[in-house]
Amino acid sequence: MATLAGDHDTDASAVETSPVEAVVVRFAGDSGDGMQLTGGQFTLSTALAGNDLATFPDFPAEIRAPQGTLFGVSAFQINFGSQEITTAGDAPDVLVAMNPAALKVNVGALKPGGLVIADTGEFNKRNLEKAKYAENPLEDGSLAKWDVLAFDISALTLEAVKPFGLGNKEALRCKNMWTLGLALWMFDRDRRPLVDWLHAKFAHAPVLAEANIAALNAGHAYGETAELTGPLRKLHIDPVPTEPGLYRTVTGAEAVSLGLVAGAQLAGLEMFFGGYPITPASAVLHHLVKMKEFGVTTFQAEDEIAAICAAIGASYAGHLGVTSSSGPGIALKGEAMGLAIMTELPLVIVNSQRGGPSTGLPTKTEQSDLYQAVYGRNGDAPLPVIAARSPADAFECAIEACRIATQFMTPVILLTDGYIANASEPWKVPDPGGFTPFPVEFLTETNNPEGKPLPFRRDRRGVRPWIRPGTPGLMHRIGGIEKAVDTGNIDYAPDVHQAQTDARKAKVDAVAGAVPPQEVALGAASGRLAVVGWGSTFGPIHQAVRRARRKGLDVSHIHVRHIWPLPLNLGGLLAGFEQVVVPEMNTGQFKTVLRDHFLIDAVPLSKTSGQPFAIAEIEAAIATFFDAVPGNEGGEVSVNETQLPAPEIERP
Amino acid sequence: MNDMTPIQTTLKDWETDQEVRWCPGCGDYAILKAVQRTLPMVGADPKNTVFVSGIGCSSRFPYYVESYGFHTIHGRAPAVATGIKLANPELDVWIVTGDGDGMSIGGNHTMHVLRRNLDCQILLFNNEIYGLTKGQYSPTSRVGTPSPTSPIGSVDRPASPCAFALGAGARFVARGYDVSKDLPDVLKAAYAHKGAAFLEIFQNCIVYNKDRFDDFTAKAVASDMQIVCQDGEPLLFAMKTKGLSLDLETLSLKVVDVGDGDWRAAGVAVHNVRNRGLAHMLVEMPFGPFPMALGVIYDDPAPTFESAVVAERASLTAGKSADLSKLLGKGQTWTVD
Repeated sequence: MATLAGDHDTDASAVETSPVEAVVVRFAGDSGDGMQLTGGQFTLSTALAGNDLATFPDFPAEIRAPQGTLFGVSAFQINFGSQEITTAGDAPDVLVAMNPAALKVNVGALKPGGLVIADTGEFNKRNLEKAKYAENPLEDGSLAKWDVLAFDISALTLEAVKPFGLGNKEALRCKNMWTLGLALWMFDRDRRPLVDWLHAKFAHAPVLAEANIAALNAGHAYGETAELTGPLRKLHIDPVPTEPGLYRTVTGAEAVSLGLVAGAQLAGLEMFFGGYPITPASAVLHHLVKMKEFGVTTFQAEDEIAAICAAIGASYAGHLGVTSSSGPGIALKGEAMGLAIMTELPLVIVNSQRGGPSTGLPTKTEQSDLYQAVYGRNGDAPLPVIAARSPADAFECAIEACRIATQFMTPVILLTDGYIANASEPWKVPDPGGFTPFPVEFLTETNNPEGKPLPFRRDRRGVRPWIRPGTPGLMHRIGGIEKAVDTGNIDYAPDVHQAQTDARKAKVDAVAGAVPPQEVALGAASGRLAVVGWGSTFGPIHQAVRRARRKGLDVSHIHVRHIWPLPLNLGGLLAGFEQVVVPEMNTGQFKTVLRDHFLIDAVPLSKTSGQPFAIAEIEAAIATFFDAVPGNEGGEVSVNETQLPAPEIERP
Repeated sequence: MNDMTPIQTTLKDWETDQEVRWCPGCGDYAILKAVQRTLPMVGADPKNTVFVSGIGCSSRFPYYVESYGFHTIHGRAPAVATGIKLANPELDVWIVTGDGDGMSIGGNHTMHVLRRNLDCQILLFNNEIYGLTKGQYSPTSRVGTPSPTSPIGSVDRPASPCAFALGAGARFVARGYDVSKDLPDVLKAAYAHKGAAFLEIFQNCIVYNKDRFDDFTAKAVASDMQIVCQDGEPLLFAMKTKGLSLDLETLSLKVVDVGDGDWRAAGVAVHNVRNRGLAHMLVEMPFGPFPMALGVIYDDPAPTFESAVVAERASLTAGKSADLSKLLGKGQTWTVD
């Protein structure tokens, strides 16, 4: 199970994963074909079968791109197995291609000898042209290195749903269920949960439920038949041995929302969430809207600036203010973050990072907002930054962000990314009884023996009191302008600005003393090479380091959650390694922070293709640090272009 | 406004110990006094009162009022105020802004706080100039305003704050000016209005745009060039010798002479603060041929944003309990033994 924390002794479990222990399946089709839904339901059946899994949804920025086009291809990849799974997998074993474009965009990633399942009903002249195929690839021998199972899924679906009298278009919409039925047969899955789900989904239109179930059953039945004649085989994947308990799947966006709600509850506060629609961050607002019974107020603001400013206003009034966005929106919020820093109000800012700059790659993942989070404001404006490593980890990180924000009266940035936000993984449902509460205490009586309250009198940790409007006798004014020590009255005398700048910095630095020491995720606490990561690169780094250690290489994986301030022991830890390499989906931002802080020669491993790292890429990079490894010539590591498809797409 | 029991205060109770830092002779002093005089009259409670401002001369206002106060960032006061009011609808929220802050950099937020109808008072100090940044022309400066950034006079056409407010859906629009003796009355009406009350206050910037409003505020012309709108009263000015009438041919206002005090005979319209069409005409009247419309121009309450948000939440959460354990284990789950 993907319990991603702690120090795994993996050498004991260092068994090469055989194909039957883990399988990667990629469903690809038109963005209107329901591939994300198919993938989501397949994920659920996988989880219910007790396999560990990781998923990677990969969809275009366009909602309904023109049908059949290369840029309209939507895909969903799932890696599942009877062992711990931490990535969505490098190369698929099975590709389900619902049309020629889906085949073209995805087939390059398929493992040699892998299985292509294609719907011949869609491989007509028109669709082949749209996919820029001169010849039908199913017939011209170009797919020779793979097993191909091509048949007319469209016709088979129409046949299966005939009794329900649907129109042609509606009937063809059941294709994804037919395909799912086949996939469920292939992996020996129970259809019952899917049937229940379809009944619930189409409660308003039972005929659609029945038609979809008929398609699902027909696909399943087809597997039995095809097994006799073709390349299709049934595979049973054993459940992964896991800790007993209640499980569910969770996406990063869900986990962030749940963590924020839990965090506000632990602080004893109501939560105010200000948001503005932006991909891929909107999902957090969608989830929170449904959790209002937990004292959650949601506000869809007129823009990103209003979203954060309203959250700041709510924090001033005694709620836990939260806002969320992606890079471009975070840029707009920058000035207001400075206001929260200056007025020392708690605030949580969630950034679901996507490819940048500017609009960049709205639906693709990247980690390129680290500089923005750590340094991206005017003035000396420090704030704590936390990064989640996986969908499930986002839950704990959100609680941690709430804790630091309220305990230190500071805005906190929580970094996730498009991959974490959309990807799902099994999650052991935590028991809220096990959480440590961190109740907030508002100032209710003056903290000044001489009378008027002192809103900027700091405690021994350098933290000012939180005073809610409505409290008798504590009227005071705060603002973004520099202020006198203790009273908070306007004062921009040189010594005052010096003192307050120092105090704001010292307060944020002190957060390092209130977070757990940095642990080693895998391997020894000193040695030849440390692979240091942060955020969603956890999975591929972890697997790559595991494989390298199996080969006997002295390499450790360190994964940093607290990006700012850095854990107090991190410098000492890194000093114990001869070399440090930092894989990140940017041009080397965390590497720069580490170099700056610890004066170490951290080496970057950069990738900015909008796709997560492949395990093999990091493995190859690790090898370059070990001279004895054959085929290791060192130098720059190029990105594996075929691991997940990112073709050059021509716009019409 | 809110429905709390009136509190007994005096003007002194609303003064802070802070030295006021506006230029000597600035119109802001008079507005501050008018507000501090009004607050005791309406029974406002300092502990439940929050003044929120943006950036600019006007936005220093909260520091001088002994209540809760938040001096935010340029243009964003309405957004911060929205968060405050949604978090605690019991608070009395005042937004203090200017023509640059509220009509230029923060124009978007001004529009949305008005259309949502957040219960608050918005005081827009209009001096038709950027004061704190040393005298550049503003979005309300008249064409031809000379300034450091428009040496031969500005070429931008100005915006009309009250017309903007009505266009954004405001349910209360009023006008006053800094030294007007009527200002507390208008402030009282704004406070009494439940919902977003938009009040444009012409304010004399004695350093960068001195006496800009003399053409209707100077004693000699005040009577002829001001029309003070009062609900249910005829729209008369110039010592009741002139009035505003509807020209049926053009469906627009016209100035008519009132002979012998018989305004009915002259066809003078009666002001109705719930008449949105009339409000549009009053704020759009070209100054010169027409007087400046002051007082409460429009006042027709509608449901407020914060009450709608509270009601929405109540309906979404009806019958639901805040069981965290249940929430975390929601959806399709499975158990590993």
